[in-house]
Amino acid sequence: MTIARIVALIGVLALASSPARAQISDGVVKIGVLNDQSSLYADLAGQGSVVAARMAVEDYGAAAKGLKVEIVFADHQNKADVGSQLARQWYDAEKVDLILDVPNSGVALAVNQITRDKGKAFIVSSAASSDLTGKACSPNTIHWTYDTWALANGTGNAVVKTGGDTWFFMTADYAFGHALERDVEAVVLKNGGKVLGKVRHPLNTQDFSSFLLQAQASKAKIIGLANAGGDTTNAIKQGAEFGIVKGGQKFAGLLVFLTDVHALGLEKAQGLTFTETFYWDLNEKTRAFAKRFAERNRGIHPTMIHAGVYAGTLHYLKAVEALKSDEGAKVIAKMKELPTDDPLFGKGTIRVDGRKIHPAYLVEVKKPAESKYPWDYYKIQATIPAEQAFRPLDQGGCELVKK
Amino acid sequence: MTATANEYVGAAAPAETGVPIPQVVAFGVMTTILVAAPFLVYPVFLMKALCFALFACAFNLLIGYVGLLSFGHAAFLGAAGYGAAHSAKAWGFPPELAILFGTAVAAALGVVIGALAIRSKGIYFANITLAFAQMVYFFSVQAGFTGGEDGIQSVPRGTLLGVLNLNETLTLYFVVLAIFLAGFLLIYRAIHSPFGQVLKAIRENEPRAVSLGYRAERYKLLAFVLSATFAGLAGATKALVFQLASLTDVHWTMSGEVVLMTLLGGLGTVFGPVVGAFIVMALENYLSQLGAWVTVVQGVIFVVCVLTFRRGVIGELGNLLRKSL
Amino acid sequence: MTILGVPTQALFGQLLIGLINGAFYALLSLGLSVIFGLLNIINFTHGAQYMMGAFVAYFLLQWAGLGYWWALLIAPVVVGITGIVLERTMLKRLYQLDHLYGLLLTFGFALIIQGLFRHEYGSSGLPYSMPRELAGGQNLGFMFLPNYRAWVIVFSLAVCLTTWYVIERTRLGSYLRAATENPALVQAFGINVPRMITLTYGFGVGLAALAGVLAAPIYQVNPLMGADLIIVVFAVVVIGGLGSIMGSIVTGFALGVVEGFTKVFYPEASNTVIFVIMALVLLVRPSGLFGRAS
Repeated sequence: MTIARIVALIGVLALASSPARAQISDGVVKIGVLNDQSSLYADLAGQGSVVAARMAVEDYGAAAKGLKVEIVFADHQNKADVGSQLARQWYDAEKVDLILDVPNSGVALAVNQITRDKGKAFIVSSAASSDLTGKACSPNTIHWTYDTWALANGTGNAVVKTGGDTWFFMTADYAFGHALERDVEAVVLKNGGKVLGKVRHPLNTQDFSSFLLQAQASKAKIIGLANAGGDTTNAIKQGAEFGIVKGGQKFAGLLVFLTDVHALGLEKAQGLTFTETFYWDLNEKTRAFAKRFAERNRGIHPTMIHAGVYAGTLHYLKAVEALKSDEGAKVIAKMKELPTDDPLFGKGTIRVDGRKIHPAYLVEVKKPAESKYPWDYYKIQATIPAEQAFRPLDQGGCELVKK
Repeated sequence: MTATANEYVGAAAPAETGVPIPQVVAFGVMTTILVAAPFLVYPVFLMKALCFALFACAFNLLIGYVGLLSFGHAAFLGAAGYGAAHSAKAWGFPPELAILFGTAVAAALGVVIGALAIRSKGIYFANITLAFAQMVYFFSVQAGFTGGEDGIQSVPRGTLLGVLNLNETLTLYFVVLAIFLAGFLLIYRAIHSPFGQVLKAIRENEPRAVSLGYRAERYKLLAFVLSATFAGLAGATKALVFQLASLTDVHWTMSGEVVLMTLLGGLGTVFGPVVGAFIVMALENYLSQLGAWVTVVQGVIFVVCVLTFRRGVIGELGNLLRKSL
Repeated sequence: MTILGVPTQALFGQLLIGLINGAFYALLSLGLSVIFGLLNIINFTHGAQYMMGAFVAYFLLQWAGLGYWWALLIAPVVVGITGIVLERTMLKRLYQLDHLYGLLLTFGFALIIQGLFRHEYGSSGLPYSMPRELAGGQNLGFMFLPNYRAWVIVFSLAVCLTTWYVIERTRLGSYLRAATENPALVQAFGINVPRMITLTYGFGVGLAALAGVLAAPIYQVNPLMGADLIIVVFAVVVIGGLGSIMGSIVTGFALGVVEGFTKVFYPEASNTVIFVIMALVLLVRPSGLFGRAS
């Protein structure tokens, strides 16, 4: 066989294989859950998000409605290049129509751009950056669960209004830490509070005692933790050791999840105040969901990330069914047009910039004595109404808004 | 400590300067496969693997032929990536200039780090390069233009030399392939030149090479800078392929990953790093469904490799065929 | 009185905190140093073994109801035994080879162990409580010192100095040192050198596990708790001089203090400062502060 014939044969094979796939794709809605399954965010998102997406497909009754839905997932290992390559491969070669979740703002921003270039759909649940509905907003992306602005605003406002008017920040020296700190500081100052000091610590710091001493010396009433995951839990755990709370100071978490509280234990975490947009023990519907979810996820109860993946998938399928198409931008437009209604977030809307709007909850972690059953961790202190929970439409700098 | 340095090398490198027939055949096979591959395998994956293959070849130049283990090569890959991404995005450099600029950044960094590190040996050399790489990492976190953990996003690929539109996946693929092959051949040329012979002499017996009048440190420094430059070429190309530059590429684990690739393929072999890079990338890609198991599998490969085939895939193959590959 | 805008009182506190963190570095780098001295292997599994120590403490509490004090005793032994198995089955094949291979093998093991624990116990960590006897703290005037931290510094200093004494001042230690210099000769004197090597590795690993138990009540018991620590501790050993026992103890404490002060004046750089120091030290003294020139 000559080389020319081999090349020709390869060409024929390549041509033959692609249209065949395209035909199947017409009948199948393929959803890819892309997140961290092996390190930092594996508990708050990870396999739980895959479970949540599967449950949404089942609960929607996709099969009964004649909609073929397939779910794939992958681990981006918190590497933007791995995530971006997986996303391209899914869109180009494996006919994935929707990518879900994607923790780590760096990876999410990359997937956001790729999704736009390829004309597909992207629903963010884990990533926190409010740029996703601001500077980087896209007609192909919906930011479902929360963002840095919502957390900063919710916690900052509530804490200052209840007398926590002097702050000391412990900030992860990373873009998300800086964004959280900046947003909270603005809220604190606006409400007449003062910022007495701040430290920027490297990501994944083990020992916080030095920073805790500085926080103690500042005499600030509130220590704002503009960090996440292990950094937050270590700071709180060591804070208990250094008698921070006993000395009259309080921690305000700016990016805390249910799984972090579980890892800390109530003994250490009690009294911690922060903002969430979902809690499993809110009402009958959320409890029923949590029960089914935990059975399939090693007993771990759903975080707001998992809830966002579930609700986002549900709404996506609704839009696909209404349109009878899975074409990215059109589905996203349809999702914005239809009001949302799901058992976890209740009724809501999606704004033109891609921001999903729902209430947020200011929660306080219970004392060990107040906790009556497993995973009974939060007291709901206040509900922030949907219209106040997120950054006003005109302040994000999203290009879709000006049109 | 240097006496054992030749154990790094899998198949004993021959002393002749001519090009052996098996290597020509192997190069032909490799090129044919790479030309046909994008029609069968997902091209973006291939481009990534090619970038890492070049990176591993550059690393191999240092460890395989000079006997120096650098544990800070991520610095060159990452710095070049930032250089290329920033110049393309903020200053509007066309792709060829962006890649050149990124590579130049890595080369300059290579001169500075090399000049300081080259006098140390063995484990101390590994550590001093690690130390400098950590400083580059720190700089990348602190400097505003790198975007922290978000990285530099949406880097334009542009039009190469004003003719080739790099947004076409296949066009980009063949450009990346050309860059890879050019880098590969240049490294090969360097190793098999009189310069390479002196490097080998220094590796085998430094005092003797010095007594013959070779200024060992000059040669080692030059090899280090070359290695850094090609690592930079890989990093700059990668930034354009993925349209992003991020902290992943400057993190110390990346320095570990390139050791894994080179070891798996075969230290001191010509084709080993390429094969090793493709295997590691394929694992990372196709095992991504396994979640936490990815690291376990990587660990198992390290262990199996060290215990059973220290020469690496190509080193063992070469040994089997009694040919130097 | 202030120094660069920071009250001296506060600096006392930071000095003490630095020494406490230095105690961990000293304990970990001591183990790494002992292992390198005799086995000529850089034990990159050290961070994972530190993590295992913390996990064994957690298991003992969960499954057997054995608290902190028992863990302090049992965990180093258990983890030490796993280390001995590793040495007997794999590491011993590498002694004749370059350092690189030992480093790569142990690095591979670190990945495997951390991956398995991550898979089983998640990434956000598990809680471990402070022993009741050591709860609370003292007000020293310039700072509040938790009792547990005081215990950490006293205990690890005692362990470090005992180890140093045994190796440098006793007959057993002299065998060890002799075996480092010339194993064949020591073997000829009728001393079982391979067994001595095995036990040394087990001991070094046990020290890592001990540090893990000490860390459990302060930090989250987390599968990744040792992942980044290893390169820092490695740097400490290299700065002190590979194989130097006193070097790694002194450097451990000293770098803890340096890092502590960095956290006050330039906190962003607190993870990097050790590497800057390492680069400077190696440029001036290529075999470390206390190392013998090779």
